[in-house]
Amino acid sequence: MSKNEQHWEKTRGLLFVTLAIWFVFSIGIFLFGAELNEISGPFGYPLTYWFTCQGSLGIFVILIFWFAGRQEKIDEEFGFAEREAD
Amino acid sequence: MKGNFIDNLPKVYGIYTGGFIGFIILMAIGEQMGMTAKAIGICFVAFTIFIYALIGWLSRTAQVDAYYVAGRQVPTVFNGMATAADWMSGASFVAMAGGIYFKGYGYMALLVGWTGGYVLVATLLAPYLRKFGCYTVPDFIGTRYGGNLTRLLAVIVLTVASFTYVTAQINATGTIASVALDIPFQYAVYIGLISILLCSMLGGMRGVTWTQVAQYIVLIVAYLLPVFWISNEIGAGFFPHFMLADEVARIGELEQQFGFVKNSAADLATVPKGLAGITKAHSAVNATPWAFISLALAMMMGTASLPHVMMRYFTTPSVKAARKSVGWSLFFIFLLYSSAPMLATLSKLSLIDPSLPTGIIGKSIAEVQAIDWYQNWNAANLMFVSDFNGNGTLELNEFFMGGKAVVLATPEIAGLPYVISGLVAAGGMAAAMSTADGLILAIANAISHDVYYKMIDPKAETAKRLTVARVLLVVIGFAAATIAAMEIQGILGSVIWAFDFAMSGLFFPLVLGVWWKRANKEGAIAGMALGLASGMGYLIWVRNGGSGFLGITQLTFGIFGAAVSLVAMVVVSLITSAPDAATQRMVDNVRVPAGKSII
Repeated sequence: MSKNEQHWEKTRGLLFVTLAIWFVFSIGIFLFGAELNEISGPFGYPLTYWFTCQGSLGIFVILIFWFAGRQEKIDEEFGFAEREAD
Repeated sequence: MKGNFIDNLPKVYGIYTGGFIGFIILMAIGEQMGMTAKAIGICFVAFTIFIYALIGWLSRTAQVDAYYVAGRQVPTVFNGMATAADWMSGASFVAMAGGIYFKGYGYMALLVGWTGGYVLVATLLAPYLRKFGCYTVPDFIGTRYGGNLTRLLAVIVLTVASFTYVTAQINATGTIASVALDIPFQYAVYIGLISILLCSMLGGMRGVTWTQVAQYIVLIVAYLLPVFWISNEIGAGFFPHFMLADEVARIGELEQQFGFVKNSAADLATVPKGLAGITKAHSAVNATPWAFISLALAMMMGTASLPHVMMRYFTTPSVKAARKSVGWSLFFIFLLYSSAPMLATLSKLSLIDPSLPTGIIGKSIAEVQAIDWYQNWNAANLMFVSDFNGNGTLELNEFFMGGKAVVLATPEIAGLPYVISGLVAAGGMAAAMSTADGLILAIANAISHDVYYKMIDPKAETAKRLTVARVLLVVIGFAAATIAAMEIQGILGSVIWAFDFAMSGLFFPLVLGVWWKRANKEGAIAGMALGLASGMGYLIWVRNGGSGFLGITQLTFGIFGAAVSLVAMVVVSLITSAPDAATQRMVDNVRVPAGKSII
């Protein structure tokens, strides 16, 4: 397998992991919205309500930074990172 | 502005923020000394627009690179702020808290959709389009798939989506300008338009970038300050985001106590147009999972297809910076979006809780009609009470409000000084202007670069290209303002449609262009044309009394459009020949951050 193919395979792996987490917090939990809302969530808000107004949103922010960091590592591993600093 | 302007950015915007806070304090002192509410409103709106125009003038440029992509040197954090302002429109600022106030949980699918979409932007598209080195989104489609037809179709989808969106924004600037400056709406729309063009005409993307950063600072201060202040004023806690659980629970109790009484059609006919009452539970799950998820999904895929957002990531210095910048964008958006439900909660509780001094439910109708703020907002056609059951007291189902009133009127209801209302007007103006700027620029750039330069006159000189771009900017702006002045549609409805149009025609052609090497020109043509046509057809069908299917409504028709687009693109790509070796190499190149850009 060429270097490019290996790099792309790892990149795609990271994509699937990131999208799986994204799916859970954007769609997955809302399939059980009514049941989860019975549970008391952070700061005492009903759990589903908390996810829609803070939880999912905050998780998306963290997820993107985490993804960006991991992708940089993959690019560096194969020597595909850009040289200039941002 | 020389190169070291970029190094000085934190200082420049630090001074700017300090100056803005100083201005707010000055206005507060002015209010104490007897400045009228009207004068304060005019000062806020005029002063902020003057600053944006000044930035626009200082950013003037005669270089193509600066005009189209701000010279590709915008640092990640600042690009994040600019994107947040570009993204958060009049709808986010003025209408969102109102929507949550009326519809509660079911409406909050928009919060999840309008943030979750950035995960798709960061992972699927932004870094790759940045590596591509294009000036516009159709530039990517045209180069990746080849041929003028693909380019033209991309321009058409972009124009349909962005134009739908921009009329709503110009409408919002007109509404705010007409209230703050006290002039008729038909004129205020053009004042709004001229302010918008001042920011973008001379400096293109560079001017828009630096004004959007300035606008973000104004809009976030204008949104957060009242939320924190109101929360403290009514004793709900000094940090509302972490402390409103009791208030949310109390609203639930009151809903139980009052019940959601359904008004008769005859009674509702007496309520002024555009006003609504509370008919849905605040925090309880009141939508079916599919209604919630389909709306969130449509908004997420729409986010990843809207060209005015995507083109912001063309301005970062590197691919790496583009990825991080998406994170910063969402962080800055998160600050406002996580506050909107808090504002809705505070607003609702202070109005409906009989045990609070501001509560009006349970009071006698005559008493409510005598309140100062009720009279003001009733005169502005944003509030209405009526004694349907004739018992003399106000019931929950007898109180009606306009969606905008939640953001615009709550400071006054909670007893905050007028200076806050002036600040909120300036914030709403900033939100609507910054989005309108991004949208008009996206359309004008696509037509000037992709249609004029790439198809009609590829030998055009720089000066001529930029002149065409600027003329188009003005023409499109005036066309949008003219339609906005007709007031065909509400702000929020047309914003949601824009997302659906964009995802119908562009989501899969963009994503598969990077992630599926086998995707070819014929497939892209089918994907864009059939996607947009079927999405639009579905909308027209449902609007004309069609029943729809699978629970897809006129707010989520993009799901149908995008599904057709995906199937058409895959099938047509597979039955036609694979892209040539050069195109395949191009895709390989896009997937690697290092090395030269494609174009």
